Amino acid sequence: MASFVSAIWAILRKDIAAEWRSRQLVTAMLVFVVLVIFIFAFTLDIDTLTRRQIAAGVLWTTFAFAGTLGLNRTLASEGERGSLDGLLLAPVERSAIYFGKTLANLFFMLVVEIFTLPLYAVFYDMSLAQPGLWLVLLLGSWCFCSVGTLLAAMAAQARSRELLLPVLLLPMALPVLVAAVRASSAFVNGLGLEYAQASLNILVVYGLIMPALGFMFFDFIVEE
Amino acid sequence: MIQVSQLSKRFGYRMALHGVNLRVGRGEMVALLGPNGAGKSTLLRILAGLAQPTAGRVQVAGCLLPKQAAAARAQVGYLGHQPLLYDELTADQNLEFFARLYAVPSAQARIDELLVLVGLDHRRREAVRGYSRGMLQRLALARALLHRPRVLLLDEPHSALDLQTADLLDGVLRAEARAGVSILIASHDLGRVGGLAQRAELLADGRIVATLPKAKLGRKLPAHYARALEAANG
Repeated sequence: MASFVSAIWAILRKDIAAEWRSRQLVTAMLVFVVLVIFIFAFTLDIDTLTRRQIAAGVLWTTFAFAGTLGLNRTLASEGERGSLDGLLLAPVERSAIYFGKTLANLFFMLVVEIFTLPLYAVFYDMSLAQPGLWLVLLLGSWCFCSVGTLLAAMAAQARSRELLLPVLLLPMALPVLVAAVRASSAFVNGLGLEYAQASLNILVVYGLIMPALGFMFFDFIVEE
Repeated sequence: MIQVSQLSKRFGYRMALHGVNLRVGRGEMVALLGPNGAGKSTLLRILAGLAQPTAGRVQVAGCLLPKQAAAARAQVGYLGHQPLLYDELTADQNLEFFARLYAVPSAQARIDELLVLVGLDHRRREAVRGYSRGMLQRLALARALLHRPRVLLLDEPHSALDLQTADLLDGVLRAEARAGVSILIASHDLGRVGGLAQRAELLADGRIVATLPKAKLGRKLPAHYARALEAANG
């Protein structure tokens, strides 16, 4: 158990250290999200109420595409430069690689969300002082990264990995995106927990099932 | 330390290895010679636990593969075509990362020792992306030796190395063999590995077609090696 946790921690630290030195991934994700915010804000000629109603949809669409950019970089690039073999050679449970990579992806996605949410608040008249919204962001991002990392590991071994990942990921992540948009919308529009409960339940169940599948099948996915 | 019997590997309709038998004892250095596409890399990847055999029995450092793959991986050092390093990280950070994955005791002392051994101590705090091919290969060698493996698997380790780095690599491999490490070197360059290995196994079209003892490992390609390769290639 100790080596399992320390392997997860080592992979998470390595990915953060590599990103800290290159600043490529988070920068690309941030630029993408900011551009989408500005494009939607200046092209949609709508009143404040409608703007607030669509905020959750815009929010999650943007984060999902930015997250896909991140997933492509963190695991698919390991396959591209061959460093995935370095991880697979290590005498650790291979599911530790899955959890390390999922947590690294979650970290990068949350960093981007934290930096860009104030812009959403300004352009979509949202209040950020809602713990429920932050809970949805955390749960939704965890679900997205847990399924995304599993599929990115599959795509990492394909030649057209950067095209393959979104094609595989978006249908699989659809329940997460729908539930996250509904739950976020409930909090953004001040409807409260009772309107978000069903969607939150879906996120919790999905957030338990996907990591369990990753734990069981990651070894088979990365096996040659 | 390495025992392979009747090993076969199939990729779809293509047989990459056919009934390969191989034994590498403790402290023995064996060359695996063959042309490109002969199956050398596939054999090494199976021994390293990176690929699964289709049939046959594989034992590495006393562990049966694939059943005891994780235990075997702890005993294997692998140097492949790629250095398996992270460009953004420094030499120090790369080795620290792998030391954590392999739970290397007294990791910092081991990293210091290896960086001195491969002559990269003075460049240890530079990002690896600025390294030359030879420097990358030296650091990859340090990575492969980090956890003091009992078995070393090297895939074309001399390719694209300058003479000085190739000599350094040879020196390190001789020292490891003297220390009891079993070493299998895949190469198509008999001239380079001929001086190192105690024996060469000739692989062609996925089959071991001949064995060359130390006495016959010269710089000139032996006639029966060429004939065996020709026969195997039809």
